[in-house]
Amino acid sequence: MTKLTDAFKNKKAFIPFIAANDPDFEGTVNNVVALAKGGADIVEIGIPFSDPIADGPVIQAADIRALKEDPDLPMDTIFDMVAEIRKQTDVPLAFLTYLNIVFQYGYEAFTARCEELGIYGLVIPDMPLEERGELEPAAKKHHVDLIPLVTPVSGDRIEKIAKAATGFIYVVSSLGVTGERSEFANDLSELVTRIRKVTDVPTAIGFGIHTPEQATEMAQIADGAIVGSACVNIVAEYGKQAPAKLLDYTKQMEKAVNAHPVR
Amino acid sequence: MTELNLNLNKNTTGRYGDYGGQYIPETLMNELDRMTKAYEHYKNDPEFKTELHDLLVDYANRPSLLYYAERMTKDLGGAQIYLKREDLNHTGAHKINNVIGQALLAKHMGKTRLIAETGAGQHGVATATIAAYFGMECEVFMGKKDTDRQKLNVYRMELLGAKVHPVTSGSMVLKDAINAALQDWTKRIDDTYYLMGSATGPHPYPLMVRDFQSVISQEAKTQLKEKTGKLPDMVVACVGGGSNAIGSFANFIDDPSVQLVGAEAAGKGVETELTAATVERGSNGIFHGMKSMFLQNKTGQINPVYSISAGLDYPGVGPEHAYLAKTGRAQYVGITDDEAVDAFEYIAKMEGIVAAIESCHAVAYVRKIAPKMRKDQIIVCTLSGRGDKDVSSIAKYRGVDIDD
Ligand SMILES: Cc1ncc(COP(=O)(O)O)c(C=O)c1O
Repeated sequence: MTKLTDAFKNKKAFIPFIAANDPDFEGTVNNVVALAKGGADIVEIGIPFSDPIADGPVIQAADIRALKEDPDLPMDTIFDMVAEIRKQTDVPLAFLTYLNIVFQYGYEAFTARCEELGIYGLVIPDMPLEERGELEPAAKKHHVDLIPLVTPVSGDRIEKIAKAATGFIYVVSSLGVTGERSEFANDLSELVTRIRKVTDVPTAIGFGIHTPEQATEMAQIADGAIVGSACVNIVAEYGKQAPAKLLDYTKQMEKAVNAHPVR
Repeated sequence: MTELNLNLNKNTTGRYGDYGGQYIPETLMNELDRMTKAYEHYKNDPEFKTELHDLLVDYANRPSLLYYAERMTKDLGGAQIYLKREDLNHTGAHKINNVIGQALLAKHMGKTRLIAETGAGQHGVATATIAAYFGMECEVFMGKKDTDRQKLNVYRMELLGAKVHPVTSGSMVLKDAINAALQDWTKRIDDTYYLMGSATGPHPYPLMVRDFQSVISQEAKTQLKEKTGKLPDMVVACVGGGSNAIGSFANFIDDPSVQLVGAEAAGKGVETELTAATVERGSNGIFHGMKSMFLQNKTGQINPVYSISAGLDYPGVGPEHAYLAKTGRAQYVGITDDEAVDAFEYIAKMEGIVAAIESCHAVAYVRKIAPKMRKDQIIVCTLSGRGDKDVSSIAKYRGVDIDD
């Protein structure tokens, strides 16, 4: 069982997301530590990309803020942030980024650094099942889970993807890009049921969740909830004061996902 | 005109050596798979092929002329120069070849809405045109900077019944328009077909676009044979994403005596930051669904690019071009803004042809290389489009104010 799978043991997981270097180095460290203190089970750190095609306006704006001062922001600086974070918390961490960032650093070198720093998983929206072969050997070697995405239109791909998954499975709540929503696809339970038929790897629903009510609802369908844009909005709105707000929000959301007993 | 051979490319895997692939969000994977299967089916379907043929002939005005540029040949004093006149197609550029093929496929797939990205607006205009022809809904994504500098084409698209969305994210140019089109597609796949405008993106786009554009070299090869009995010694075409170039090269790739040259936009110079010369300045990467060559920084962020030509300022190149470059089968040369503008004026005065500024990148290379070649040698240069759309910006470049 991997460290990420462990995070779902005997409870529903709350998985917040923030973008690295938004607003800066220190802010990132403080924000992640606050999320951990608030009770996040896994924290997803987004590595900013110039062209985040799977992300909506809120996360796009975070990426722009993160790269504004230094468009050449080196990957090593982000690894340094994680090293700082690791001095203060051992919360399971995963990166969310686009494949080119990993490709440029080198698959072997990148996953080796992840292992060293306790980054247990990678969520890469532009790396579907068919293309993960090039990264998989290095990821396996360094015990980094490649978290796959399953969507309401994955159809007969669901089983193939689920069978290959380790860590957890990212269930995309609806069509489109990331961003807060008021409605989700209505066949999510069926989707999760199909996944559970072929694997014990836990599922977490993401894309659009922002209220505690939604988190409760989604955690009844799946094993956890991922919240991105709502956290990023807090960072955007409160800047240096964001950590305290993120901590409160995480407490509330963590309670919301565990509002009902685990089956 | 003989029917277009859509089975020229024996490699239909979507991989060109290490390049190509389908690096795209999961939401789109099933749809790309449906598209791939539909294309594999319809490209061998006699009815589809007849429809395609009739549209190319009766609607797009094919075959396009292969024209012997006699004055230019004499003036340059070397190789004989033939111009493949894609500028004479309906809508004024090679873009229509691809658009007809893909829209026909979309129709057969039961789609009722076409979306597209556009830079200069030529592909958007071609897509809006074919959408009007088929009575389909059409929405075009165009960077805000491009909608501002190509107002005429924006109006043309609207006139044709399309809705144009100015894209305000990122650097507000072509690459951002592609991002926006992809994002729109992930929201609405059922009735929507994303009609990609160049030989770029995830499989099957590079393959389909190449096949539909290969009409350029299929015709040129036959036409030149009729006129001279020979193969060309060199084929030259401009490269943005690479659709007119791959179409110009396709039927000559297996003829080793034919040198293939792609003219990239060097902007202010290949060595400067203000360039779009992807093959010369770029490096391997993964973006917009494909592994290919890109202009990017060390971390892997995609660079803003620059060229006077809105159709060539794209930070990447189609995967098959990356492969042809890597294997040495084709060469890629950078042409600066200055050289392209000089060529724009040169070909106007020398041949009476106002060619697109994109195409003039190829013409500029011909001006350099023809004098160094023998008189019995032959160059085929593709004029990918006509230059009416560029007249006002060239005037501005020369400091002439023709706007009110
Ligand atoms: C006339 C013309 N030529 C060339 C291009 C570049 O595209 P490609 O490299 O795909 O042929 C464009 C794109 O807008 C164009 O309008």
